[in-house]
Amino acid sequence: MDHVDFSLVRPEIALSLYAMAALMLAVYTSKDGMARFITWATVAVMVVLAAWIGLCNLPEGTAFGGAMHIDAFARFAKVTILLSAAAVLAMSDDWMVRQGMARFEYPILITLAVVGMMVMVSAGDLMTLYMGLELQSLALYVVAAFRRDSVRSNEAGLKYFVLGALSSGLLLYGASLVYGFTGTTLFTGIAAAATGGHLTLGALFGLVFVIAGLAFKVSAVPFHMWTPDVYEGSPTPVTAFFATAPKVAAMGLIARVLFDAFGGAVADWSQIIALLAVLSMFVGAVAAIRQTDIKRLMAYSSIAHMGFALVGLAAGTAAGVQATLTYMAIYAAMNVATFAFILGMERGGKPATDIEDLSLIARVEPTRALALLVLMFSLAGVPPMLGFFAKFAVLRAAVDADMAWLAILGVVASVIGAYYYLRIVYVMYFGAEREQAQLRGGPVAWLMLVGGAAVMVLGVVNLFGIEGAAAAAAQALVP
Amino acid sequence: MTFQAFAFYLFAVPLIGAGLMVVLARNPVHSVLWLILAFLSASGLFVLLGAEFVAMLLIIVYVGAVAVLFLFVVMMLDIDFAALKGEMARAMPLGLLVGVVMLMQLGIAFGGWTTAPGADAARQAVAPGGVTNTAALGLLLYDRYIHLFQLAGLILLVAMIGAIVLTMRHRKDIKRQNVLHQMWRDPAKALELKDVKPGQGL
Repeated sequence: MDHVDFSLVRPEIALSLYAMAALMLAVYTSKDGMARFITWATVAVMVVLAAWIGLCNLPEGTAFGGAMHIDAFARFAKVTILLSAAAVLAMSDDWMVRQGMARFEYPILITLAVVGMMVMVSAGDLMTLYMGLELQSLALYVVAAFRRDSVRSNEAGLKYFVLGALSSGLLLYGASLVYGFTGTTLFTGIAAAATGGHLTLGALFGLVFVIAGLAFKVSAVPFHMWTPDVYEGSPTPVTAFFATAPKVAAMGLIARVLFDAFGGAVADWSQIIALLAVLSMFVGAVAAIRQTDIKRLMAYSSIAHMGFALVGLAAGTAAGVQATLTYMAIYAAMNVATFAFILGMERGGKPATDIEDLSLIARVEPTRALALLVLMFSLAGVPPMLGFFAKFAVLRAAVDADMAWLAILGVVASVIGAYYYLRIVYVMYFGAEREQAQLRGGPVAWLMLVGGAAVMVLGVVNLFGIEGAAAAAAQALVP
Repeated sequence: MTFQAFAFYLFAVPLIGAGLMVVLARNPVHSVLWLILAFLSASGLFVLLGAEFVAMLLIIVYVGAVAVLFLFVVMMLDIDFAALKGEMARAMPLGLLVGVVMLMQLGIAFGGWTTAPGADAARQAVAPGGVTNTAALGLLLYDRYIHLFQLAGLILLVAMIGAIVLTMRHRKDIKRQNVLHQMWRDPAKALELKDVKPGQGL
């Protein structure tokens, strides 16, 4: 340890210190009266940190004897995580106040979860990986159960906690096997233990358990069972958060483990990831068809999207990693904007989440309906929206890696999935006559929704230049 | 038999026996007591290995805090033993299957551990020479793994915030004691002196 180690992780240190300072400030002053102030301060801090990491050339390298990797990959993932977390916090402020849930612990728990995510995406050691993951998960379990007077929210928190603990157990078992058979927890050491492009049987066994534990966190099939219930039961801003930043972090962590630690044995894990990807794409697409609750629908949608992102990793190439990173960034943007719409749905002062509540809403709210139409087309992957280019990139990476069958299955799943996205559009424009939900929400949510939709259309020009950053990030991971 | 081997068996046999009794004891309270014995025996084994710090930690943290906490929890639980036994008979085949699988896995792991290339080097004692193991642990924990130590602190902070968020609620419908409010009360307004005449009452 020396001072260089600490100077490399300055953003993480700054965010943790901010979280503790904000906690002290709120506890010693007016407690929940500070909720809105702390929410907006957190948003500001996260945006500033994202700009600092993304725009200033912070030093790169490994810290703490290789246990943390600060490189272009970590930078890309951190900026995506910070910005999506800030966006979700900013647009949920209004909802929290309306539902009487404005409490100061919420932004602080989200901040600490984000610290965990930042550690996850720069993990260079199995122990760092686990500590980051637990810091993130523990904060998420709490916010899932944040609405204490609601049975559904409590159920969501408990279910998430129990299944999350199970997945942590799987992960730890795998990590201990990997440590036992390679003699080190450092990713570089594990990579060196793979000889001739293959792992020893014991290490492979461990890798399978590690992947299973991590697949839980990105809700890849067959480890997806918790997702719909947790998404439905949690308060909507929390669901919006679950669907964005933690998914980016967990996907970044999977890429880290696969390429940093097991990059020497791509053939050993490529089929496992491909299987997870195919199952996720199809289960996500088929199971969503009969959903009537829009939050459950978004849960299955996120399962399917994780399948597509895993396709890029299954390719096992730098182009695949780049495609996955681009996919996750676009996915986060689409979800932020879609949840900005869902947050506004209300019926008699209570949040409404039934898809039928959107019947003919285009007549009363033409702008928002149009924005949601664009977003649904983008989620379905219809050209020329941004979502199409995200899907195209991962499928092309699969084809280039001689996995054309995977790309074909991806296209089939995408066509099946298009049905339920388009059904929402159908209900909005041609649904049955019935009393609609009101659409509420402050200017921030409106801006996120319409801005997000505009991004989906305007992004086709050059994807806002994220391609270059994603390519540099992929190069850092897969030389 | 050397003295060292004798001391080893002195701790190892009670450890295994107590471990068995933890699982076999009908009464959960007895299980916890056996668990404490197992911890104590294990700490004896650690002393034999020369890891006196871990031994003390085991006694102070596990026996002193964790096990006693377990004991309290178990005593407060209202456990229906008859139902528990019925459950056990039903789950027995599955439990046996899982047990066999785990035993086989342990066998595989042990085989790999002893025969894998480079296993000897990985198995060597990691404590550096010339320092006591307390100092070696300290060097690892506060120097090489300082980031993990700090992250663990953050995790505990999250756990604390979470516990408070999820359990503490301010009920408005109950009376609370406000000590300052009581102390600041003016006696002149709260007390009244009455001059009661003998034999008359108020």
